[in-house]
Amino acid sequence: MTDWPLLSLTTFLPLLGALFILAIRGEAQVVARNARNVALLTSVATFVVSLFILGYFDAASAEFQLKESAVWLPGTAITYSMGVDGISVWFVLLATFLTPICILSSVGAVEKRVKEYMVAFLVLETMMVGMFCALDMVLFYVFFEGVLLPMFIIIGVWGGARRVYAAYKLFLYTLLGSVLMLVAMLAMYFDARTTDIPTLMAHSFPEAMQLWLWLAFFASFAVKVPMWPVHTWLPDAHVEAPTAGSVILAGVLLKMGAYGFIRFSVPMFPLASEYFTPLVYTLSIVAVIYTSLVALVQEDMKKLIAYSSVAHMGYVTIGIFSMTTQGVEGALYQMLSHGVVSGALFLCVGVVYDRMHTREITRYGGLAERMPKYALVFMFMTMASVGLPGTGGFIGEFLVLLGVFQVNTWVALFAATGLVLGACYALYLYRRVVFGRLTRDDLKSILDLSPREVLMFAPLIVIVIWMGIYPITFLEPMHASVAKLIDNYELARAAAESLSVAAR
Amino acid sequence: MTESLDLIPVLPELLVVLAAMALLMLGVFRKGEGTASTTTLAVLVLIGAMLLTWAVGGSERALTFGGLFVLDPFSVFTKVLLLAASAITAAMSLNFLEKEKLGRFEYPILILLATLGMMMMVSANDFLALYLGLEIQSLSLYVLAAYHRDSTKATESGLKYYVLGSLASGMLLYGVSLVYGFSGTTSFDALAKLFGGEHAVHPHLGFIAGLVFVLAGLAFKISAAPFHMWTPDVYEGAPTPVTSFFAVAPKIAAMALLVRVMTGPFGELSDQWRQVIAFIALGSMFVGSFAAIAQNNIKRLMAYSSIGHVGFMLVGVAAGSADGIQGVLIYLAIYLSMNVGVFAVILSMRQKGRMVEGVDDLAGLGKTNPAMAAAMAVLMFSMAGIPPMAGFIGKFYVFKAAVDAGLYTLAIIGVVTSVVSAYYYLRIIKVMYFDEAVESLDRSGSKALGLVLAAATIVNIVFIAIPGPLLNSAKAAALVLFPAAG
Repeated sequence: MTDWPLLSLTTFLPLLGALFILAIRGEAQVVARNARNVALLTSVATFVVSLFILGYFDAASAEFQLKESAVWLPGTAITYSMGVDGISVWFVLLATFLTPICILSSVGAVEKRVKEYMVAFLVLETMMVGMFCALDMVLFYVFFEGVLLPMFIIIGVWGGARRVYAAYKLFLYTLLGSVLMLVAMLAMYFDARTTDIPTLMAHSFPEAMQLWLWLAFFASFAVKVPMWPVHTWLPDAHVEAPTAGSVILAGVLLKMGAYGFIRFSVPMFPLASEYFTPLVYTLSIVAVIYTSLVALVQEDMKKLIAYSSVAHMGYVTIGIFSMTTQGVEGALYQMLSHGVVSGALFLCVGVVYDRMHTREITRYGGLAERMPKYALVFMFMTMASVGLPGTGGFIGEFLVLLGVFQVNTWVALFAATGLVLGACYALYLYRRVVFGRLTRDDLKSILDLSPREVLMFAPLIVIVIWMGIYPITFLEPMHASVAKLIDNYELARAAAESLSVAAR
Repeated sequence: MTESLDLIPVLPELLVVLAAMALLMLGVFRKGEGTASTTTLAVLVLIGAMLLTWAVGGSERALTFGGLFVLDPFSVFTKVLLLAASAITAAMSLNFLEKEKLGRFEYPILILLATLGMMMMVSANDFLALYLGLEIQSLSLYVLAAYHRDSTKATESGLKYYVLGSLASGMLLYGVSLVYGFSGTTSFDALAKLFGGEHAVHPHLGFIAGLVFVLAGLAFKISAAPFHMWTPDVYEGAPTPVTSFFAVAPKIAAMALLVRVMTGPFGELSDQWRQVIAFIALGSMFVGSFAAIAQNNIKRLMAYSSIGHVGFMLVGVAAGSADGIQGVLIYLAIYLSMNVGVFAVILSMRQKGRMVEGVDDLAGLGKTNPAMAAAMAVLMFSMAGIPPMAGFIGKFYVFKAAVDAGLYTLAIIGVVTSVVSAYYYLRIIKVMYFDEAVESLDRSGSKALGLVLAAATIVNIVFIAIPGPLLNSAKAAALVLFPAAG
């Protein structure tokens, strides 16, 4: 064990970098370059520090580790407490891993107000990491909502044509969901007299109350996931956001909702979760099939990938609510691999967008002639998105289907059709953009990936292959925590059943 | 109770009233115009009174003037807040008054007298003392609203404020007379004893009517819906420094007064007044969030925003518990820090030397004056109650108390209206950052304004990390109103 407050360090290191950037003065060009360098350095340092978390993490234990706590709001049970278990540790790493790549990708893409852009990204990283580390409900909420601030600014200032609309939609949609969750959290606080997440997981709420609390949390997390029919903010936000914003949005922000389900809804309200499982299945299946079909007819590359994200997150929610070991682990795995893969796909779009300034699919075609390296990367990520064996996407989807097949074969059947549709839209997109003949004049001089872009994609490719062929690295630390989650869930169900039997 | 007159608890008030008279003499007998020296002196007096309040206030409850005047941690807390508010807004107004050639020595004196009235209000322990304080405050404010006497808008707002304010005072006085008529006393302590304890009597219907009248009069003073009509007009018409003063100090005083009346003399009747408070809280939150959407004048927008904030604070009052009052006090302190910051921005909004008040005039501020825009953005997020800004903690505490008191409906409607209000706060950020500048603002803000803005912004950001001192003192202040809970 270490004496260093590793989690707080990882959380607040980016903030320190942001303060540094704010202090930079001088000519615009110099400021931009320095801001970029400081941001890159800080985020890489943060990633390195977060690797230490993994190093000190004891995979055999299901308990929260590297715990820290300090007085925060005196006179209440609300404290500043941090800690990670086998579930959250991966998301911390996902966030710290994607941020440097995002910052790298914005070189050249973002030319105006670079200083503010870098500050916004580092603040965003603090919020994301803090959210996954928080062990206090109110602290979690602060980070959970805090994410909206930099995101609103990023989309609104550096976004596309309809950026104002998209930024508002993102902000107000998610805020409305979250405030209901806040009321539910307060109600929980007065029932359990604590806001400590591990204690709350052990606390059993009355069944009638669970149903209301579950719905309030659902309002928040379903918007964040996003689940059909509250997903409509996502395509808008993705299309208008700058490339790096999309990467973070798809890579980390979408995981916040599903993480919330695993952290709050399922362990704290097991009876309500069981009661509402059919609802979640239905919405998820609609998401998988309907949004896949919608993705098929998109004209805009980013919009297509955005819809595919909704479909992929449908697998995640199905997996979580199957409440089998394979299902939950598959869902977690799917989240991680989708975080990397969809992030990479948005980067792929960003590469051509930086060159041509359009995302319309019909404006492209035959890129393989001029951009062989790009075609390779894009193909690899498309395959990972489809779930080809040997990539991370396959493991996640397979485990989810395996898990849900044990409890409900119909759900497994419908979810599996989504795989076929997924292959359709992904390959169709790839064919239209990369294959065919290079007919447009302006494409004839398009350049292949620069060394910076290769550097950006290399770690992503390595991770996707690693996740595809040696999943045990990632699954091993999850086992204990997931087993505990499922055990507690089954215990709560059994207790409720024996209670109803006794009542008879 | 001691028979000899103990003047220690009223020392701050004495200081203010003597200083006001001295400054009046100074202003009258000294030749030439010049607000600068009198305003500076007035600010110093206010700061002195604040320190003095701190010094004389202990953890004990001290009564004087035959039980008409009370000094306890609650009144100390709120007095410190409102003195700080008066001092800051007076300091901010100097630059404006000189530029607009409104500098007259009466201005700081009126501020001092209004502040004196507010100090009396929060320390009142009897309905007559309450009325006295309220009227000193109101009369000074009526004059201040019409301070720019050559402007039709200002005189209109002054007159409007005066007529409606008198009506409210009349209602309050009528309510007090009903209370007296049905109970035989106007003392807060005696009333509290009447309805509490073993020999509690059931209140007569006439007494309840009196309570409602008192409540209506107070609701007018805090500009809660449906008694809010005057607020936007007065805010818009009054000179901006006066508006910034209106937005904080009288709000703090009136809200503290409302809290004291509801928990003191009427403390045992919470079942009777809770629904009234809940109703005006709901009304204020609705008006504050929906009506503000259509506003283009930033002063009117701030008027509606303050109505909304009052609604949120009333949620804490409706909870009727020590936690709820703690929430109200925390909210008041944060409200003070947010509002002085925003008004520092509004006061420095000038184009080519002329004052502008449109929301659209802020367009492109993110480029032309990044520091001010960033500060304003922080304050707007804080007003909307988005964590990690301080405004979140204020909202969190009042809703926490409401949920604890079982007021789920109020809490849920409250948070939903806070999302609606987020829309117009975001609009200001949108205008500053996403829109292009048509005509940029002058970079002419005075040092005082810049200092206030910087301090307010830092407070709003850092508060989440070190909330302890405020939370604890607010808790101590709230607990004295609930001797049983302590």
